[in-house]
Amino acid sequence: MVYFILKRMIQSVFVMLTVAFLAFSLFRFVGDPITQMTGVETSVEDQERLREELGLNDPFVYQFTRFTGDMLKGDFGFSYRTRQPVAEMIASRIPATLELGVVALIISLLVGIPAGVYTALKPRGVLTQTILMTTLVGVSIPTFVIGIMLIFIFGVQLGWLPTFGRGGTVQIGGWESSLFSFDGWRALLLPAITLGVYQLTLTMRLVRAEMMEVMRSDYIRFAMARGVPTASLHYRHALANTMVPVITIIGLQFGGVIAFSIVTESVFQWPGMGLLFLESIRFVDIPVMGVYLVVIAFFFVLVNLVVDLLYVAIDPRLRIRDVS
Amino acid sequence: MLTIKDLLVKFPMRFGAFTAIEDVDMTIKPGEIHGLVGESGAGKSTVGAAVIGLLQSPGYVANGTLTLGDTDLRNLSPAEAHKVRGDRISMIFQDPQTSLNPLMTIERQLIETIQTHSSLSESEAINRAVDLLEDIGIKNAAERIKAYPHQFSGGMRQRVVIALAISTDPELIIADEPTTALDVAVQSQVLDLIQRLAKERQIAFMLITHDIGVIAQVADRVTVMRKGRVMETGVTAQVLGKPQHHYTQQLMDSVPPLDRKIDRFRVPEADDTIASNGAMAENWLLEGSQHARTGLSLTGLSVEFAGPRTSIFRKLPPYVALDDVTLNIKPGSIMGLVGESGSGKSTLAKAITGLVTPSSGTMELGDVVLPYGKSRSRQHPSRQLIQMVFQDPYSSLNSRHRIGDILTEPLWFYGFVKDEQEREKLAASMLSLVGMQPDAISKYPHQFSGGQRQRIAVARALLARPRFLICDEPTSALDVSIQAEILNLLKDLQAKFGLTILFISHNLAVVRQMADDTAVLRSGKIEEVGETNALYTAPQADYTKSLLDLTPVMPTTWQT
Repeated sequence: MVYFILKRMIQSVFVMLTVAFLAFSLFRFVGDPITQMTGVETSVEDQERLREELGLNDPFVYQFTRFTGDMLKGDFGFSYRTRQPVAEMIASRIPATLELGVVALIISLLVGIPAGVYTALKPRGVLTQTILMTTLVGVSIPTFVIGIMLIFIFGVQLGWLPTFGRGGTVQIGGWESSLFSFDGWRALLLPAITLGVYQLTLTMRLVRAEMMEVMRSDYIRFAMARGVPTASLHYRHALANTMVPVITIIGLQFGGVIAFSIVTESVFQWPGMGLLFLESIRFVDIPVMGVYLVVIAFFFVLVNLVVDLLYVAIDPRLRIRDVS
Repeated sequence: MLTIKDLLVKFPMRFGAFTAIEDVDMTIKPGEIHGLVGESGAGKSTVGAAVIGLLQSPGYVANGTLTLGDTDLRNLSPAEAHKVRGDRISMIFQDPQTSLNPLMTIERQLIETIQTHSSLSESEAINRAVDLLEDIGIKNAAERIKAYPHQFSGGMRQRVVIALAISTDPELIIADEPTTALDVAVQSQVLDLIQRLAKERQIAFMLITHDIGVIAQVADRVTVMRKGRVMETGVTAQVLGKPQHHYTQQLMDSVPPLDRKIDRFRVPEADDTIASNGAMAENWLLEGSQHARTGLSLTGLSVEFAGPRTSIFRKLPPYVALDDVTLNIKPGSIMGLVGESGSGKSTLAKAITGLVTPSSGTMELGDVVLPYGKSRSRQHPSRQLIQMVFQDPYSSLNSRHRIGDILTEPLWFYGFVKDEQEREKLAASMLSLVGMQPDAISKYPHQFSGGQRQRIAVARALLARPRFLICDEPTSALDVSIQAEILNLLKDLQAKFGLTILFISHNLAVVRQMADDTAVLRSGKIEEVGETNALYTAPQADYTKSLLDLTPVMPTTWQT
């Protein structure tokens, strides 16, 4: 068990190193950092001096080690565009993206799992067919179209909800949260739904497919033959077994939601990491892009680790060795 | 008492209804074990499912009466039917590996079932569950009950399944192939248990199985089914000993006896017109076997699998799959290899074919030493000389390839026949030789039954012009009458072409019919090896004796 976690962590370190290497390559090889930083009026001598001072003439391996070391110390460098430390810029944006992602995930689970179970248990029902059709439309439409439609209906036509920004936020420690004010929630709702729709559809279809598979299995048929009450049969026996494979996909998807909230954030002008990333691209702000890459990879690795632990918690076959 | 009368089950299909079973009559008294035999597709399981009300959708009971005591089972509302399940009728499934919920402890599953059907409190239910497990033969039940299903071995799991089935004191238990997935030793324990429960608790059992030996050993009465209809029914000794119906007689003829060897099974002969087309393939094979018959000798062969790593510094000791196996297979003979699951039978086959790398020992085919596993090159002659027939004919043929492609591949691969049309002709002729219509060549595997597929697998092996054939449980996925045909075929081919065969099976009766010599394998070690007749009549090793004793057979007094 401890060995299992340790192994996973060592694997994660390698993943992070690879991503750090990619981020570093971006820094070093996409354009010349010196020309990015200096203007036309800087003399060639000054440029060379700067190059030497910044250590850009050092051997490649040495530079990469220094880059990784600085990252580990929490020094992420400075933005080309704003001259602010990148760490601060990203840190101020993380709460917005995380809250958006988590709320989107919760919405997708709260709707997706029950809908999946329902459609699996009543595969021929009218409601099932309706749900399946609607969600099919849901996946087929790109996220930004859904966002724009939601803005049009609830923001413009009905005027119920704000169409951009985070609304009223509350400062808790260093964390700027929109979860503690009514205004914040109103602003959060549309982007979270937009972001959650795809995940919702996927969760629902996955739960449905797995649940139908499980309902055909021998242990469910045996439980039926013993007259186990239907509620327990569906929700205790079948659902738990359904969730084992579903969790992996949901975990991976959550990483994706955080990473690809870019589109949603851009549609709703949501001041999260995704929007920051878009701005950085526009201004070729390579340090910010590199760090964004590393931070996203870190989230992926973290989520996967949590998924692995959840696996162990749910499935006794991974927890307890065979005795006999 | 269960009474079934004129039972008719239909499955509505797009083009009219498919009748699964028809005119089935049966009564089972309390304490009686009623055997239900028949080949796959006979509708045995459908009878059981209809009784307990769990027919696979869209099947339904179209006609007939089903009564348990005074209750009309057909006239129950879904809620009432669900109450009857577990309370009065219960069921045991075939595979104990899959019939328990893997995420719940045995305790939770037992208590839930007990409390559903009684008003016992939690602690009373636990006591009852522990008593049950003790009674069923699980030692230290108070502690073991806290375990999850995967912590039990196959036989123990089947006991837990039985405990679950009887935990509510049902009147009737439908046991659908309850011992098919178990080894003989465990099978005999489970059968004893079923007999004891029937006697002590007066539970009526419907014992569904394809194994005539099992029926002969435990069933009081037996019903023989075929294609959804009852062929014959009566007292077991009567039906099996003096079968009246033509089909039952045929069935009994196909059952390999354990106590004697019969040269050929009496099966309806394939028509000769097919066989005559096989001359070409026959000549081709004989021309290939000019050189001497090839034996195989294994000396001190060991195979180890690395143990799983439990921490950075600790690794469990390697699992020894084969331990110092020495075996000599004489040229042109059939060596039978028997043993329970996990004894290393298939590992031996894999080591010989080079799919597994042994840790020590030598393998010699004729006078050529076979290189180990991966170091055996693709071009090594043994890759052609040794061929294999696998257990499951459904997964051993590529379902996306035409039979023609499957059969001509070895001809092309080993460079025997250069001309494509010639290859097709030879493949078609080979199909005739194994008793199939040559036009099968343009079809796909899914268009054939299990027995036909196994014939195709044999044809494929022969088209590589092998001298040594490994048959790994070639008939255990087949019905007994089909098994008899395949065994006949293998015998004929072996005699005609002087093949050397390693015949692996867990079924001792089948091996007796096939093998000249027999080796008994247990936990990777050879327990005993010897001439088949001698080994079966006077076994030396205790293990062989117990295997022979435990194999369910018909009492000799019944035989005609």
